[in-house]
Amino acid sequence: MCGNEALAEAAILAGCDAYFGYPITPQNEIPAYMSRRMPEEGRVFVQSESELAAINMVFGASATGKRAMTSSSSPGISLMQEGISYLAGAELPAVVVNITRGGPGLGNISPAQSDYFQATRGGGHGDYRTIVLAPSSVQEMVDCMLLAFDLADQYRMTVLVLADGILGQMMEPIVLEKKPSRELPPKDWALTGAKGREQNIIRSLWLGEGVLEKHNNKLKAKYEQVQENEVLCEQYEVDDAEIVVVAYGVTARIVRGAAAKAREEGIKVGWIRPITLWPFPTEQISKVANEFRIFLTVEMSAGQMVEDVKLAVAGKAPVVFYGRPGGSVPTVDELLDKIRQLTLRHEIKI
Amino acid sequence: MKTVFKRTPTLKDCPTHYCPGCGHGTAHRLIAEIIDELGIHDRTIGIAPVGCAVLAYDYFDIDMTEVAHGRAPAVATGMKRTNPDKIIFSYQGDGDLAAIGTGEIIHAAHRGEQITVIFINNAVFGMTGGQMAPTTMLNQVTATTPKGRTRASEGYPLQVSELLALLPGAIYVERCALSTPAQIRKAKKAIKHAFELQTNNAKGLAFVELLCTCPIYWRMTPAESIEWIEKEMTKVFPLGCLKDTK
Repeated sequence: MCGNEALAEAAILAGCDAYFGYPITPQNEIPAYMSRRMPEEGRVFVQSESELAAINMVFGASATGKRAMTSSSSPGISLMQEGISYLAGAELPAVVVNITRGGPGLGNISPAQSDYFQATRGGGHGDYRTIVLAPSSVQEMVDCMLLAFDLADQYRMTVLVLADGILGQMMEPIVLEKKPSRELPPKDWALTGAKGREQNIIRSLWLGEGVLEKHNNKLKAKYEQVQENEVLCEQYEVDDAEIVVVAYGVTARIVRGAAAKAREEGIKVGWIRPITLWPFPTEQISKVANEFRIFLTVEMSAGQMVEDVKLAVAGKAPVVFYGRPGGSVPTVDELLDKIRQLTLRHEIKI
Repeated sequence: MKTVFKRTPTLKDCPTHYCPGCGHGTAHRLIAEIIDELGIHDRTIGIAPVGCAVLAYDYFDIDMTEVAHGRAPAVATGMKRTNPDKIIFSYQGDGDLAAIGTGEIIHAAHRGEQITVIFINNAVFGMTGGQMAPTTMLNQVTATTPKGRTRASEGYPLQVSELLALLPGAIYVERCALSTPAQIRKAKKAIKHAFELQTNNAKGLAFVELLCTCPIYWRMTPAESIEWIEKEMTKVFPLGCLKDTK
């Protein structure tokens, strides 16, 4: 099973009631898989006329309390930003998968990590956040999907699964197993027909003096809860490390290889891999930031997550960036060279 | 004494924010009456547009959502596909449905979504201050056609019902006018039919266009507005059933 198909099957396992999507490379395996599997399960699949329509179909299904998702790739996710902003305002749960490609514009169809800003800064208009999960293996694509639907329902938020073309296309063995779900609040807000109760209204329009401010502050409090409770990251051999590499997604796998080789050469390298890009593991990075260390951020972009690493390090240590934008993928040897250069430039003892 | 007219339960007992002479109140009343007559209050979900009717959920006592400008038919698709037993309707103006939401309505009709769409055509963007809509009449003065709409610059008024009637997925398309009592009675019949098709599980989209007054941005009195619908608008937007495949 390729990553895209594994992710789709995991969505079914997570109880996704409806999939809405529009074709775009490199995520086409997801709608193709869903078009076959969702009807088999008696669930809904619709190929929409655009990404705008797809995200609004998700809005509609979610407003009635159903679990709904869409998937796309970078340019399509740009089009969905309007809907994601409305979902945030209306506090509707949704799962959106971005199998990213190179940009800006039509860019190319190679794997890239250049949608980090868009994913973690909201992307659409208004004061809002989305939870961003960044898997780095096919198994983690599965795990992230299972988690995504629960997080979406718990916090009534959009959860964005941010992977790239490599993860979408690569094949790895997986275990598909439903883990015990967290306790989720009842969807008593859903539009199910006002039978024996007052009407339910889903809205993102808050007129009147101070009403929207109150709503925004309510959202803010919710986002702070997410920041407090839902940060996920992996770290390895950081304790004695003189160079700490920060990378996510498929790039973190390449970093892992380079770090192991560097260790063989006697260079003390450790790494931190954020799994949630928002909430960002600021505290985890801050804790290990000190004057005896260099932070190296590696991304398949011209430098986006590095800004969050700098905020976390807060001047306590140098933060160096190495990136390959435009759909290029760094090699293990390339990163090893970069690490070697850092030891020379910063006179780190071997 | 016999009661001949009373508030229908699905319409809330509150004043609306609509301008004097505006047709939205009449359209709301008709829909609410039909929901009550068909006994579908408990399973109806309404979708309000962006435009003057954005606060429709303050007047209809049913489950409702408000959605992004023009996207109601896509939202309705998501609702109906996952809830085939519910009655889903969208209520959209001409800016919402005929301008920014053209793609969504065409494709919802094209797929034959089993939803009911009520399209309010008052030839103008109301809420934003009376700008030109795709349905604005030639020579009509609006905030963005100060010298009147010209076919050379802004094109002809867009006839959405005629466009939709071409699509096999649209099973019922009728244009009515909220002008005289006789026309309003016809409109009610059409709206009721559009809901009944859905309650009868008819396979396709039911669409009713309502020519509707906007005295403020037409720069007319309510009485002149009604006359303008009858004498002018119906020339470009002829009344009647364009399609009923049942």
